[in-house]
Amino acid sequence: MFFFKEALRGLRRSTAPALAAMLTVLITALVLGVFIPIVQATMGAASDVRERVVVDIYVAEGASPAERESAQRAIERTANVRAVEFISKDEALARAREKNPRAFREGSELLGSNPLPASFRIVPDDPTKVGQVVDRLAPKGPEGAREPQLTAIDEVRYREEDTQQILSVTGLVTVVTGGLALLLVVASVALIANTIRLSIFARRREVEVMRLVGATNWFIRWPFMIEGVIVGFTGVALAVVLLTAAKESVLEPLSDRWAFLAAPDTIAYPLLVGLLVLAGVAVSAAGSGLTLRRFLKV
Amino acid sequence: MAAAPTRMRVPAPAPAPARIAVPVVELEGVTKAYDGGVVGLQRASVSIGRGEFVFLVGPTGCGKSTCIRLLLKELEPSEGEVRIAGKPLSKIPRKRVPMLRRNVGTVFQDYKLLPNRTVYDNVAYSLEVIGEGRDQIRRKVPDILRLVGLSTKLHAYPDQLSGGEQQRVSIARAFVNHPPLLLADEPTGNLDPETSIGIMQLIYRINRAGTTVVVATHDKEMVDKMRRRVVELREGRIVRDQESGLYRPDESTTEFAIRLRGELGIGAEGHPN
Repeated sequence: MFFFKEALRGLRRSTAPALAAMLTVLITALVLGVFIPIVQATMGAASDVRERVVVDIYVAEGASPAERESAQRAIERTANVRAVEFISKDEALARAREKNPRAFREGSELLGSNPLPASFRIVPDDPTKVGQVVDRLAPKGPEGAREPQLTAIDEVRYREEDTQQILSVTGLVTVVTGGLALLLVVASVALIANTIRLSIFARRREVEVMRLVGATNWFIRWPFMIEGVIVGFTGVALAVVLLTAAKESVLEPLSDRWAFLAAPDTIAYPLLVGLLVLAGVAVSAAGSGLTLRRFLKV
Repeated sequence: MAAAPTRMRVPAPAPAPARIAVPVVELEGVTKAYDGGVVGLQRASVSIGRGEFVFLVGPTGCGKSTCIRLLLKELEPSEGEVRIAGKPLSKIPRKRVPMLRRNVGTVFQDYKLLPNRTVYDNVAYSLEVIGEGRDQIRRKVPDILRLVGLSTKLHAYPDQLSGGEQQRVSIARAFVNHPPLLLADEPTGNLDPETSIGIMQLIYRINRAGTTVVVATHDKEMVDKMRRRVVELREGRIVRDQESGLYRPDESTTEFAIRLRGELGIGAEGHPN
């Protein structure tokens, strides 16, 4: 209680630096609050693209249903396979027709029979491991041609070039946005810590006097840290108010019209708010405490 | 060298008379060298008993402030040992330093008051620091402020007070928990002579109440008037330790002339006496 009163006194008597620190917290929280969902949406989009990395396994024409089923079980057991989808001959034809209606306008009658093989479509648990999955199912033979392990399988195929491209582009996007996010967080922390440092620097004489009167370090530190918490909290709280207002007035009407704005993977809003508040308060308090350490050495 | 005649003139540091069992302050062969080779104190030994009133005198840079800061454990001696009430300061861990300072009242030339607190709160702070209860604070603070003659300025801020008044506040703060030892570093350095007398009287009254007092000063007039024990420092060395001494030891006119010439660098051959 005493410390709390001391903190309020400190805030009252040095309003300008406290206000500056609070504004800094407000602005950085605002920027972070906007940027974090953007980063997440970008990364989500990148990983969506990565989902498209698949392996197609064509079932041999003469394979019996029993052979096919055992092949499916074997594939499901293979390491790094997340999902296996069976596509029957009829389904394959239907999909091909959907993709290219003009070629099938005359109907399959022209072909006499369905030329498309049944297949399994595999989604690897990690897109970068797609090569290993293929290697396991159909290791390269001595001539360099792939030889399927299972008799029911005719061929294992994945679009190698496309896959490589997808992997490198999405990898780059992820690294760049991640780097930006990290940079922003570091800059925010540095900025807040520095502003608080300045505000405490202005009062170092006061701290020195407290030491000389025989105050223990924590006795001096508590009021400053409580001050930091108050400053950090009000800053973030104001930022949250602004963010919420912006979200309600700008983003909500838009998301009705364009579904893609409501990216599925962005952070839940309450969680975002909670994180911001926690970070703002923690950085402010820790900034106060750490800055004081230097003056408390005497 | 100018220092040589100076040393000769001064009686060798008189062996301090036997004092009461445990001296309040003891310096034993204390040397303090600052980074960069500046020497603040050189092999200084002094012992101050309970209830004494000691002036630490000497020109600027002679080591008075170093002495005070060593006693507060603001500095660590490079050599030798500083003891307060028989306890070596080097044995006090960093965490216990605040406890030491609570038992040593300090008064500074620049008052060192907390600028954003009233007179009352400034004095109350040193009680709050030791965890004194609210009732005790409410009782003790006005008491001590009455003692220093500031009962009408309880709610003024330091920048609304004169220098003498600020120094009174700082004395009140130093004395409010009745420490056994009071250190004053140039307490009258920023004050005019008349105000200085008031401040000195106040410190003297505190001494009379049983508190050991060490005052570092170069206020010659004050020292000469008070006639208390004088410890003189020169370039970090204790060159004189005298009961009821003067700021300068008694010297004849000739001696004064020699010293004057020596300090001016004219040399003895200037005028044949």
